[in-house]
Amino acid sequence: MSVQDIYDAVVAFDIEKVVALVKVEVEKGTNVSDILSDGLIGAMDEVGQRYTEGEFFVPEMLMAAKAMKAGLEVLKPLLSQGESTKKGTIIIGTVKGDLHDIGKNLVSMMMEGAGFEVIDLGVDVDTEKFLATAKERNADIICMSALLTTTMPFMEVTVKAIREQGLNLKTMVGGAPVSEDFATKIGADGWSPDAPGAVETARRLTAK
Amino acid sequence: MIIVGELINASRKAIGEAIKAQDIDYIQKVAKDEFAAGANYIDVNAGIFVGKEPEYLRWLVKTVQEVVDCPCCIDSPDPKAIEEALSVHKGVAMINSISLEKARYDALIPVVTGTELKVVALCMSDEGMPETMDDRLRIADKLINGLVQNNVPLDHIYVDPLVQPISTNSTFAVEFINSVEAIMTRFKGVHTMCGLSNISYGLPERKFMNHAFAIMAIGKGLDGLIINPLDKMMMASLITAETLAGRDDYCVKYLKAYRNKQFEI
Repeated sequence: MSVQDIYDAVVAFDIEKVVALVKVEVEKGTNVSDILSDGLIGAMDEVGQRYTEGEFFVPEMLMAAKAMKAGLEVLKPLLSQGESTKKGTIIIGTVKGDLHDIGKNLVSMMMEGAGFEVIDLGVDVDTEKFLATAKERNADIICMSALLTTTMPFMEVTVKAIREQGLNLKTMVGGAPVSEDFATKIGADGWSPDAPGAVETARRLTAK
Repeated sequence: MIIVGELINASRKAIGEAIKAQDIDYIQKVAKDEFAAGANYIDVNAGIFVGKEPEYLRWLVKTVQEVVDCPCCIDSPDPKAIEEALSVHKGVAMINSISLEKARYDALIPVVTGTELKVVALCMSDEGMPETMDDRLRIADKLINGLVQNNVPLDHIYVDPLVQPISTNSTFAVEFINSVEAIMTRFKGVHTMCGLSNISYGLPERKFMNHAFAIMAIGKGLDGLIINPLDKMMMASLITAETLAGRDDYCVKYLKAYRNKQFEI
């Protein structure tokens, strides 16, 4: 029994096994942050990688995320006892006027899988709500999603508001019609075509 | 079965570039191919061009109708773009789409009120995307009633119950096709219509799934589809599915397709 077994169980989408193995490691006294980083988060990185390569598909990413989360639940009470494992705080939502949430939910899940604290504001989120939540939670990144060309302009509104208020906050944008060019044009700090790429971008933006 | 040819959509790379370059020949070739393959409407979409959508949509309608005697399905949520496209449209166009989202509903009701236009009514409201049959029926009921009260007859309404990806919830296909059945039964005379690609989002070999899903939906009463009519396998299956669903007396359509060599794939 080792942390590698936890990793393998997440990649095999085996929720019960993940939970059982995490409990075993905790009882054995294995370092909690090792279980988290090398077991759970490491496994989700592999899942993301395989998704990007076209080997895994959306339902498998969802199952893996569910298994990872179940393992994380076991660790949570232990983590809050002073263990500093937080990778950063992310505020995520679909922009105002847009109700599409499938892509946003995938990104949200993969961010959690990567160890970020994720505050998901849902859909139809306006600039005020993004900013107020970001300030309240002392967030690092605001992630905005849009599926409609008609709602994409709201991303720019939020990016501008952050600049104007001089907030120390990074922004990321994504969604089917959102191109890298568009992201650059509106001055967003990050962009990704898919959920695993969003995790990488968020890591880059939060790297000290 | 009403077939809307989906190819002239600016989010497809070749089309987007052709619109930008005002490449009349390419757009006309695609329109002719779609029409020859059996499209009843040619969808036109210029959604990626923020600000220029009205101008481009009008150009698309004009360009398409120069070479095919076929109405267009004007694919935009923007009343200004739709009005602009309608200003040059010949025949009775279809509008894709109105929804129950308040801003979109209020903007589009004046466009369709008292007209002969065909209207796609998308089951989406400000409360979010419907997931269950009940969610969809509640929205469809309000949309249909609203349209009828504004003098759009049932026969001109195409309810799109909204396809959601099966990869994210295993009930999404069943909830959709059950909605088709419920809408067709409850609102006799109305039509149902949808695109297919959402169902297979996030999965491999999507064409098989799109195919099977279309046939299942037709079995429950679906009578409109937004598809690529150049997909011969799909077209042959749709015709066959309609016959099997009991909507082709004496197999007239099936035999016509046979004689038109539509089963020679």
